[in-house]
Amino acid sequence: MRVELTEEQEMIRAMAREFADKEIRPIAADIDRGARFPQETVRRMGALGLLGMTIPPVWGGSGADAVSYAVAVEEIAKACASHAVVMSVNNSLFCEPVHKHGTEEQKKRFLVPFASGARIGCFALTEPQAGSDATNQATLAVRDGDHYVVNGRKLFVTNGREAAAALVFCQTDRALGHHGISALLIEKGTPGFGVPRVEDKLGLRASDTAEFVFEDCRVPVGNRLAGEGMGFKIAMGALDGGRIGIAAQAVGIAAGAWELALAYARERKSFGVPIGQHQMVQWMLADMATAIDAARLLTLKAAWLKDAGQPFGTVAAMAKLFAAETAMKVATDAVQVHGGYGYITDYPVERYFRDAKITQIYEGTSQIQKLVIARAVLGEA
Amino acid sequence: MKILVPVKQVPDTATQVKVGQDARQIETGGITWIISPYDEFAVEEALRIKEKRGEGEVVVVSLGPDRVKEALRSALAMGADRAIHVNDPAFNEADTLLTARVLAAVIKQEAPALVIVGRQAIDDDMGAVPAQLAELLGWPSLYWVMEAAIDAGGRTIRAGRQVEGGLEVFEAPLPCVLTAQKGLNEPRYPTLKGIMGAKKKEIKDLRADDLGVAPESAQLSIVRLETLPPRPPGRIIGGDVREAAHELVRALREEAKAI
Repeated sequence: MRVELTEEQEMIRAMAREFADKEIRPIAADIDRGARFPQETVRRMGALGLLGMTIPPVWGGSGADAVSYAVAVEEIAKACASHAVVMSVNNSLFCEPVHKHGTEEQKKRFLVPFASGARIGCFALTEPQAGSDATNQATLAVRDGDHYVVNGRKLFVTNGREAAAALVFCQTDRALGHHGISALLIEKGTPGFGVPRVEDKLGLRASDTAEFVFEDCRVPVGNRLAGEGMGFKIAMGALDGGRIGIAAQAVGIAAGAWELALAYARERKSFGVPIGQHQMVQWMLADMATAIDAARLLTLKAAWLKDAGQPFGTVAAMAKLFAAETAMKVATDAVQVHGGYGYITDYPVERYFRDAKITQIYEGTSQIQKLVIARAVLGEA
Repeated sequence: MKILVPVKQVPDTATQVKVGQDARQIETGGITWIISPYDEFAVEEALRIKEKRGEGEVVVVSLGPDRVKEALRSALAMGADRAIHVNDPAFNEADTLLTARVLAAVIKQEAPALVIVGRQAIDDDMGAVPAQLAELLGWPSLYWVMEAAIDAGGRTIRAGRQVEGGLEVFEAPLPCVLTAQKGLNEPRYPTLKGIMGAKKKEIKDLRADDLGVAPESAQLSIVRLETLPPRPPGRIIGGDVREAAHELVRALREEAKAI
């Protein structure tokens, strides 16, 4: 078994790391404080090919593998988790399902500009009453000739304000339950598609999280991805891939916080020695390093399985669960290593602490991941 | 217009350099290798000239062991068209003059209109190869170039080089050798597409025989490397501000002799 990156994957890591260190890290604190979406760096990430990494070049993407994607997301997240989520959502939750299920015509309109990063996309599944209970969709799409008339609300849509189009999950046949959910590609500016509010968040403050309202919004039938009733399957498939992205983001948050803690442990002195000489601090640093490496390996395993064309959903759930829990634990301990300085905004570590929390919640909470894993190991999937 | 860019692979700037067992070499284990940053400016400038002219070829060349291929592939990922790797143990101990002879032999085979190279490599900071190369070729050389423009016909180059307090602008006939100074440009990041495409580009391996360069022994040889003595720690002058200021002035005047 080989556990090393190829030369090409290393080059992608080096590029993402250099871009993150030189272009993203210097602005990360500022865009977090101001909750400002980083238009310019996101545009440049698109030009570098980071926003449609796994999409073939004919469709505007880079044609890289999932391992490269995980490695790049981690590097971006080490500097700024907000940039990483913009990247992960556009790649995994918008471009990938459009690539997998879209018609030639749909790919021309909804993949080429999005995989190349000229525009960004978003994924609208969550509703006020449908979070972990994602089957409980209330947004309705009623057929009227060659259109659907969409009515309903979507919550917590990452990239929601900035996106040029959304993959929106709607109930086209309520009687069929989640077998009656369909996926519609809806462009911003379509009459009846409103974005009434953007959330003020604890972390990931530079990424925009919006609410959508659809009021008699007419969407051409040609914008439906795959068949009627296929929506829930499309959503779950996209989330399997998305979990690799979020796991990689969580690994990046953990690794970024750990690097800060390590540097601080070397320079800060107490009782006459650098605090890294104290056994209790060493204990924390050792636990952090071990957990981060384990989370990274699990994430890369999920990505590797995906590249090999093997089932990867369960491992992706394990990776997402373990990496998210690791991010939260490591970020918490990294603040602890900093003591009082970890609690103030003069030091960057508190941002990692705030950013880490969401990884245990979105794209399936840690509890949902355990449910997914348990069903798989019990053979009930 | 063909532009040739010699690049040197050097330890990453963050490397903690340690002298090896053999005191003539550094410890190479665990080092991350990169293209010397000044050479990266040179690659970028070559790509920009090619892009501006809408035609041309950028060829990167390096001398060194197998690992040097990674540096060449990084330049290919940035957009260079092909690479030449002079990989021959006969050149393992090459000094600057022998390196320049090897590069001159490659340049005679390739016949580029322009050679751009970093003003010095950031490992040993010799900065001698470009001048020696120009001398061997009988070409003019312009050092520490901050801006460069080639005439439409591709016959002359106008280059501004950094001098104390300003720019000195020269015109030179092509072919010539330019050395790149920081500020010449901001090197691009390789795109994903560039990285994925790099493996399809040619890296030609050459040995001493292919170049007709006799593997002579180096005229300069390293006797030993020494680390600098550790810097004495800083001193914090505490106590009353007024007294501390007096003490600071006294120490600067009498101990450091700085004022």
